Amino acid sequence: MTAHASPADFAPDEQRLEDSRFAVPGMRCAGCIAKLEGGIGGLPGVAAARVNFSAKQLAVSHNAQLTEPKLIEEIAKLGFEAQPIAANPLGSDNEERKKLTRALGVAAFGMMNIMLLSVSIWSGATGITREMFHWLSALIAIPVIAYSGRPFFASATMALRYMRTNMDVPISIGVLLATGMSLYETVTGGAHAYFEGAVMLLFFLLAGRVLDAMMRDRARTGIESLLRQQASGANVLRPDGSTQWVKALDLRPGDRVLVTAGENFAADGLVELGESRCDLSLISGESAPQHVAVGDTVLAGSMNLSAPLTVRVTASGPDTIIADIARLMDEAGQSRSRYVRIADRAARLYAPAVHSLAALAFVGWMIAGAGWHHSLTIAIAVLIITCPCALGLAVPVSQVVAAGALMKRGILVKDGSALERFAQIDRALFDKTGTITLGRMTPRNLDTLSPEQQSVALALAQSSNHPISRALKDALNAQGVAPAPVEQIVEEQGQGVRGLYRGRQVSLERPRGGSVDTGAATSLSIGDAHVDIRLADPLRPDAKSAIAQLATMDVPATIISGDRAGAVNQVADILGIAAQAHALPQDKIAAIEALKAQGHAVLMVGDGLNDGPALAAATASMAPGSATDMGQQAADAVFTGDSLSAVPLTLGAARKTMAVVRQNFGLAIGYNILAVPLALGGMVTPLIAAIAMSLSSVIVVANALRLARAAQ
Amino acid sequence: MNGIAILIPIALLMGFAGLAAFLWAMGNGQFEDPDGSAMRILIDEEGDGDDRAA
Repeated sequence: MTAHASPADFAPDEQRLEDSRFAVPGMRCAGCIAKLEGGIGGLPGVAAARVNFSAKQLAVSHNAQLTEPKLIEEIAKLGFEAQPIAANPLGSDNEERKKLTRALGVAAFGMMNIMLLSVSIWSGATGITREMFHWLSALIAIPVIAYSGRPFFASATMALRYMRTNMDVPISIGVLLATGMSLYETVTGGAHAYFEGAVMLLFFLLAGRVLDAMMRDRARTGIESLLRQQASGANVLRPDGSTQWVKALDLRPGDRVLVTAGENFAADGLVELGESRCDLSLISGESAPQHVAVGDTVLAGSMNLSAPLTVRVTASGPDTIIADIARLMDEAGQSRSRYVRIADRAARLYAPAVHSLAALAFVGWMIAGAGWHHSLTIAIAVLIITCPCALGLAVPVSQVVAAGALMKRGILVKDGSALERFAQIDRALFDKTGTITLGRMTPRNLDTLSPEQQSVALALAQSSNHPISRALKDALNAQGVAPAPVEQIVEEQGQGVRGLYRGRQVSLERPRGGSVDTGAATSLSIGDAHVDIRLADPLRPDAKSAIAQLATMDVPATIISGDRAGAVNQVADILGIAAQAHALPQDKIAAIEALKAQGHAVLMVGDGLNDGPALAAATASMAPGSATDMGQQAADAVFTGDSLSAVPLTLGAARKTMAVVRQNFGLAIGYNILAVPLALGGMVTPLIAAIAMSLSSVIVVANALRLARAAQ
Repeated sequence: MNGIAILIPIALLMGFAGLAAFLWAMGNGQFEDPDGSAMRILIDEEGDGDDRAA
């Protein structure tokens, strides 16, 4: 029978249930769903476990005794790697999408039913039948418009309040005027009511909005699953010597925390006990590990590499260096929020043109002596026929299709405005560590080792959790090396791993002498023979060809890194591009602002915390999937996978998208040139309006669908 | 005319039923995990694997 414990099984005085969410990228099949839900759901203390396969997430409802690390351990026992997900790190658009989808459903319902009645009128219903059908249409249309039109009315009111205009202003005016006039026609028993036109307009435009929201949602959940929540907490040492897991936000200055090798620091602090090396690459871009001893400062977000440390917390939460960078990022991001999307820029020209055209039509027909009712009818027909139905669809559909194509290639674009900005790019700045390079250590000289040395190294490395050991293990496993039979393996924290192999003492230790400039190294000893294994951070595959490809797209690239000049120049020489070293986050922003002042649109590609402000300040930005949370949140697009060719791919797809958007604008304008004279001449009936509207929408959608192959 | 008096309410009612079903499905989270729903039919349920059964 089921091993699930329902909430009622817990005694009432026990802690209330907590909800945790985990990203489990490894789930691939129905079996994985059953395994995770059965395995985790069956644990004592777990009330429910539910997998969302589309988002590759597991939601667990559990009591407070089960901490996140314990649950991750349990998930690991089932054979899956899991990362905790913070509650809504990117804010939730989910509600907005649901609201729009509901409005779309209501509009679809209204459109179908009104169309049913309208078709009868168009096929010749007259007299009392037509009047009744008009009344029925009004009965359906008015509540539907009141409900489904809200997103447009709200945004139009907002724009008008700030004395601006956007696409929603002409839409709202058109819909409201058409509804008002149709109502008048219905009451007076007139021949033409435009209810179906107004509702159809809302339906098409809402379809565009829903697509837009869906695109943002998909990218958001995709990125959410990549975020790895830097050190979500730490083991706090109690005065009695026991340790307790405390979340990063609940750490207080003065707490003593125990940080094991391979763990991230959750807060800034001073080392009280121990000696180790820290990987600061995510914070400063510095690729060589930094040596820390008693009394030295360690920074939140950096990683403890070699030995356990006891750290006294000096600053936590909003006081840490990370939080400072976040503030810098907020300021830098403000220039981007001033970007006006192309649809709204079009609306600035479009709205006054359409409104004056309608006004002219009214005045013209009045002068011609047509009477105010006839003149008004014609003016409203002009508004309906020119309503930016195709425009409202042209942009979102193109962008959604292109973003979907990019997503298949592992590139998550956050929203449509990002694609518009990517298309403008004519300069690119790259961070070095973790962006042009992979950001993880890889052994460089494994082929100089004998097969015996390789298999001994693997045997020793796989019994340790040290980052160097893990790098060694991954590389040797990839080469298909089998571990040697090494016995009595002991790991001495901060020293290395020792064992006994065929009666000889073998070890994997810190190299004597310390080779700082090559980054990291480890010394393998078998008996009296020693060999140094050097580790380095290699370039991403395709780095050179990606930079070359950018150059052919007229996007010259430069490196801007916080690392030492030697390390930066080495990479720059290989790629044949210019570089700036020792750059602080402020320097990166300054470089971007300088280029922007010269009229360039700057792309920033970076991963670290120190890149966050620059990512926010650039015209558009990208981050690799291995980037820090902050980097991924600041970037407009995140690419998974190791290849840097994602960057030219994205720029290319964005340019193709904008080309199609411009074609669609052209089509919409062409349609208006054909239709407006008809409307001005007073020849547009509701039937013609309905046909013209749907035909132009279908054409722009079909044109946008060509972008499905944009990312090839 | 009599035919219309019956048929139009029927058409409207069916439209409403469709709309209500759609809104219910939205609120009930039926569109939250489309890929997962496609997978779940393949799970051999032996009393577990689905917390809704609890």
